[in-house]
Amino acid sequence: MTKFTLNGAAVSSDPVPGERLSEMLRERVGARDVKIGCNAGDCGACSVLVDGDVVCACLTPAHQVNGKSVETVGGLYENEPIVDKLADNFLNHGAAQCGICTPGMIVSAVAMLRENSSPTEDEVKDALGGVLCRCTGYRKIIDAVLSVAPSISEGSGHIGSSIRRLDGVEKVSGRDLYGDDIAPSGTMEIFVIRSPFPRAGFELGDLDGFIERNSDVSAIITADDIEGENAFGVIPQFQDQPVFAVHEARFRGEAVAALVATPEFIRDFDQDKFPITWQEKDAAQDITKAQSDDADKLHEKHERNLMCEGFVQRGDAPSAIEASEFVVEGHFNSGFVEHAYIEPEAGYAEVIDGKVIIHACTQAPVMDQEALEIILGRDKSQIRIIPSSVGGGFGSKLDISVQPILALAAIKTAQPVRLTYTRTESMQSTTKRHPSDIHLKMGANSDGKVTGFDFLGGFDTGAYASWGPTVANRVPVHASGPYLIENYRAKSKGIYTNNPPSGAFRGFGVPQSAIAQESLFDELANKVGMDALEFRILNALEAGQPTVCGQVFDQGVGIKKCLQALKPHWDIERKACDEFNAENDGLKRGVGVASGWYGCGNTSLPNPSTIKSGIRADGKIVLHQGAMDIGQGANTVISQIFATALGASISDIELIGPDTDVTPDAGKTSASRQTFVSGNAARLSGQSLRANILQRFNVGENCEILFDGSVIHVRENGKEHSLELSSLTADEEGYVLRAEETYDPPTVPLDENGQGSPYAQFGYAAQMAVMEVDTELGTVKPIKFIAAHDVGKAINPVLVEGQVHGGIAQGLGMALMEEYIPGRTENLHDYLIPTIGDMPPVETLIIEDPDAHGPYGAKGLGEHVLVPTAPAILNAINAATGVRITKVPATPSRVKMAIKAQKND
Amino acid sequence: MHYETPTDLETALELYAVKGSRIVAGGTDLYPSAKQGHSPRKLIDLTNISALSGINFSGDHYRIGAATTWSEIIKAELPASFDALKQAAKEVGSIQIQNAGTIGGNICNASPAADGVPPLLALDAKVELASAANGTRILALSEFILNVRKTSLAEDEIVSAVLIPKPGALEKSAFEKLGSRRYLVISITMTAANITCDESGVITHAKIAVGACSPVAQRLTKLETDIIGQKPENIEITEQHLSVLSPIDDVRGSGEYRIDVVAEQCKRAVLRAVMS
Repeated sequence: MTKFTLNGAAVSSDPVPGERLSEMLRERVGARDVKIGCNAGDCGACSVLVDGDVVCACLTPAHQVNGKSVETVGGLYENEPIVDKLADNFLNHGAAQCGICTPGMIVSAVAMLRENSSPTEDEVKDALGGVLCRCTGYRKIIDAVLSVAPSISEGSGHIGSSIRRLDGVEKVSGRDLYGDDIAPSGTMEIFVIRSPFPRAGFELGDLDGFIERNSDVSAIITADDIEGENAFGVIPQFQDQPVFAVHEARFRGEAVAALVATPEFIRDFDQDKFPITWQEKDAAQDITKAQSDDADKLHEKHERNLMCEGFVQRGDAPSAIEASEFVVEGHFNSGFVEHAYIEPEAGYAEVIDGKVIIHACTQAPVMDQEALEIILGRDKSQIRIIPSSVGGGFGSKLDISVQPILALAAIKTAQPVRLTYTRTESMQSTTKRHPSDIHLKMGANSDGKVTGFDFLGGFDTGAYASWGPTVANRVPVHASGPYLIENYRAKSKGIYTNNPPSGAFRGFGVPQSAIAQESLFDELANKVGMDALEFRILNALEAGQPTVCGQVFDQGVGIKKCLQALKPHWDIERKACDEFNAENDGLKRGVGVASGWYGCGNTSLPNPSTIKSGIRADGKIVLHQGAMDIGQGANTVISQIFATALGASISDIELIGPDTDVTPDAGKTSASRQTFVSGNAARLSGQSLRANILQRFNVGENCEILFDGSVIHVRENGKEHSLELSSLTADEEGYVLRAEETYDPPTVPLDENGQGSPYAQFGYAAQMAVMEVDTELGTVKPIKFIAAHDVGKAINPVLVEGQVHGGIAQGLGMALMEEYIPGRTENLHDYLIPTIGDMPPVETLIIEDPDAHGPYGAKGLGEHVLVPTAPAILNAINAATGVRITKVPATPSRVKMAIKAQKND
Repeated sequence: MHYETPTDLETALELYAVKGSRIVAGGTDLYPSAKQGHSPRKLIDLTNISALSGINFSGDHYRIGAATTWSEIIKAELPASFDALKQAAKEVGSIQIQNAGTIGGNICNASPAADGVPPLLALDAKVELASAANGTRILALSEFILNVRKTSLAEDEIVSAVLIPKPGALEKSAFEKLGSRRYLVISITMTAANITCDESGVITHAKIAVGACSPVAQRLTKLETDIIGQKPENIEITEQHLSVLSPIDDVRGSGEYRIDVVAEQCKRAVLRAVMS
């Protein structure tokens, strides 16, 4: 028996020898507030205090805590006075987004604050350096621990106010339940058998014999168990991915079978004992090889492994470039980027009265349901998706992962089942950012106007399409950046390879094309002899001018305002760098700038959101908020919009979250669409409910409504009318008043030259990066970022800043350190994402150029935030050193070698 | 499987003499490298053996118990020659790892990128090994680590302590680590320098060790000799000084890059050591 105190209470438990403390705490003594992100000490999410010292529970043998005191975030939240303030600070600063790292952050901060109540920023970084966060960009966390005064608002919570996130208390107290937190301990678990090779034929052996020999195994699931189609994919014409491969696996980590067994069996299971034989085959692991004459086709219908192409053309780019006074061209590359959310894919499934119920982390519950309908061959009404909280998504949790395996296992065994991907499984098998290979040429005349732009981009879409077609379509539409370019040609190709599927990742290929475009803009400005910022301001798109798709917005084009907002900072920071460089030899600083734009919502395709609301007889206002909150804050922002439209206080509103049985489809959390599209649906729903109330009193639209428990009062011209809600008849859901409204952004399809109106709105951004390069070592140290974002209307300014910080942190990772290499960087110590020590201060300049389609003028923001970051950094490195890095990440090795090559020239 | 928690070394050695046993202390290497379905028959936890924890000075050497954590080393009062070791300790993973990971585990893991090894080499560290059958023996650290993930440990041997000869009164030291990010990062290269200067600021004694540039971290003995009599700010590093290194190309950097930056790191480490 291992006896210890857990948050002050004596407990005893009987772990198996070698069991991790995290396992014992979560599965034997119910401490699910301890979150597991990597099981390798790389992420720190599972941090707990043992006799006051912070350790990773995943690396601590459970037996070691015998006789000791263990404290977890849940206990600290209840008992530790330091946390009263710290948790408040986290909430006030928006320091918890998805919240999966928050327990680790708070526990680590407590360990420090008990010893040192007034730490410096560096001491905070040292204390929290062992906990990774993928959402916040860390700066808000630093502010929270340092107790910096927040700019939080109280009150009605209507649009424009920085209220605390509505789901925040669950996150700072460790009570929030993520994908792995739903299943009861002891639930049957699933082990997925995956290909160890990028490409391999395989034969399954005697599965029945295996089950007979191992009584703890209740089933083995293979493609044979699929009653519907063994195919999925997010785009109907491209559903090319099997749940389980048949005969041949097309990428390392592809699932071929799964066994369902007791947790004890899975714990000790040696997968080499599984009856399967592999034949490794020649694999095409880059797009050059995949397109070569002798490459095998991954998919029968796709010659030369070409998945699809995208094309936008306007004017005559080649001739315009030919006739230009100045021409620049470049070749740019980027590798796979891993989403690296701290929560690996996880879920729990059971079958109740013939209905499959899945609790899992997801960005798109209704898409999950639709995919399962096809795979399981059963009607949607027999499939219910109840999303868990999501510990980060960034695009990858749009695709199904654990869901079909859970469903098939629950059906086959008629028992509840549980599946949590290991970090390595998550990295091997789920989608990535597309590697890119971009050739770009552009011209300008001495007046500084860009004359022509010719872009060709190849994208490695991996073994299956996923969101590859979206990348191929989005890139040509966005590759110009937010500029007026009359002569434009952009072609993109998605190529199948024997790599993990590339899918959606914050920006759908646009961050990659922005690197090429914004890098060459600097080169071109330099050739013309113009200041890089002035050059961008001169070429910036304005209202009334056509985009490269020929779409003309007569309002809401905010890029020039973003760039102009940077101007004073540009002057100050460049001067400061000059002074720094005059005094330093080995260290050189530079300022870089880059712009970005991003169309909100699906490209020329319908993507409606529906928001239902109702009022119960007791006066409770209920909002069915179906937009998945993956940390970005949809629960809060959608509620603020709804409350504003209805004229109620945010505190009067009760939320019912996404659940395919009770909440209408608010579409996927993707394409920077939730604030815009679901926000509009929430606005309409609120307005409709309000109109319904006002109509009953026959009063004017501007009347004030007072929600006073079970009575609604309306005041007009000093007269007050009242409505006793209990006098109304409740519907089957208990609502006496209700509204359900849908919004779908107006778009026009693109023609064969990519001309049309792909989006109802774009959001705009311009960021400035100050970087310091150690020219001897090649290391790049971020000094600061200044980010100007046109959000139309900031519904919640603190959440806007949170998006900006987090996007910049991901852009920084992409620019400087992140590269996923299958078979080589399949964990979070070989694959590096920024830590708290890598993120410099960020100044966010919120620009509000309202959009006619956005709710109260609001525009999307989720992806805009990282589009300009990497090129701004590369331009800063260039300004500091004169070297132009064209392949990201700009690792110390690459930067140093480029500096060396420049010296030798 | 069994989990044993001996409270004295003799019991631990007896338990470890049984085949199929593994040692655990901090767990920071054990768990990440564990393969599902391949558990040892017995785990022997050394963290309850008081003789294996802590640092003491015996007159001619410092003895650091093998199960001493990096945090304990950081907090210990030690002469300036240990500064590099303390700076390296602060670079081991994160505070979570430093609170659990031990010096003995770091050297037994024998990673080419172990942060603890270059400073220990620059301190002329020795390793004390114990077994139930053969008692105790002492090896120089440079003889203890043989190759990537390979040590001189016999099957029944446990590292009981790291021994550091008493340093010269004027010896100072510094550690330089290069990684692609701050915190939680495996070194691309690292250098530890223990330097003694006379009153005029001229180097009289130098010990410089480089990690992550060869299968086992290396002392740069030619450089150590050549810089005697020089001022720290004037030292030059030549190709020959680095000829014992054989860095590989990997995801963290190219071999060529490593050689380039190690030369710079050596200069910085020497300079920072004497400035401390």
